[in-house]
Amino acid sequence: MNVGVVTFPGSNCDADFRRAIDRVEGLRAVALWHKDTDLSGVDAVVLPGGFSYGDYLRCGAIARFSPMMQSVARFAAQGRPVLGVCNGFQILCEAHLLPGVLMQNRDLSFLCKDVTILVERTDTPWTRGLANKLVLPIAHGDGNWQADDETVKRIEGDGQVVFRYQSNPNGARNDVAGLCNAARNVVGLMPHPERAVDPLLGGTDGLGFLTSLVEVLA
Amino acid sequence: MKVRVFVGLKPGVLDPAGEAVKGGLHHLGYPDVASVRCGKFFDLDVADGPDAEARVAKMADQLLANPVIESFRVEVLP
Repeated sequence: MNVGVVTFPGSNCDADFRRAIDRVEGLRAVALWHKDTDLSGVDAVVLPGGFSYGDYLRCGAIARFSPMMQSVARFAAQGRPVLGVCNGFQILCEAHLLPGVLMQNRDLSFLCKDVTILVERTDTPWTRGLANKLVLPIAHGDGNWQADDETVKRIEGDGQVVFRYQSNPNGARNDVAGLCNAARNVVGLMPHPERAVDPLLGGTDGLGFLTSLVEVLA
Repeated sequence: MKVRVFVGLKPGVLDPAGEAVKGGLHHLGYPDVASVRCGKFFDLDVADGPDAEARVAKMADQLLANPVIESFRVEVLP
């Protein structure tokens, strides 16, 4: 099964993600370029972290209009699996594929550390079989998820919060670390699963996202 | 024609940068500053026309502002 990883100008976790995908038996990473529109027949798409278009205007705001994102939006609308990590999560929110927006961290600092997140949903293609708690690294300046009261009420009622911080690092409303859409096929989160796939580098809690995909696509 | 678009956070949305600036002003000796809200503006040079202002408002809604957290105001410059 092929998993596409989109590279935007300024993406910097795309190579890490392709490597993480290729470590998992049954998955093969396919590099996708922001200017192309052809998804090359992939079975799932990942929007990696980084600083697409220099974070100009707002994080993810310009990437949303790239040719590849038009294809990704159609792919998502067909119910196919899409995962956005960090800047990828910001892009999904700007593209209205996920609700709300990622604002600057409450304390203004760039946060780079391991966090514990609680897994609330295992019925998405990316979270099947995940443990209740994961330790994953975060590395962001704008991870403070916000939405209006009405949206928060709707997504809490609908169970769209997939991950919550055990200890809120950035001021995100309701401790939201990651979300899914109503159809559950699009998932976004601030922590980096692709940076936790090797015991030498501090943990393997990120591998479950990809083994989940193998199960779902099989 | 030249048009300026002001973009700012909606009332009630926490503005971490504004809070930091407020703290700085307090440290500088202006304790009476009760609130600071940061925003930005865009100067656009667009084709003249009766619908120019409406078109710029649409641009602001689609890209310059994120309506989830921001509001905007369009001003035609002399």
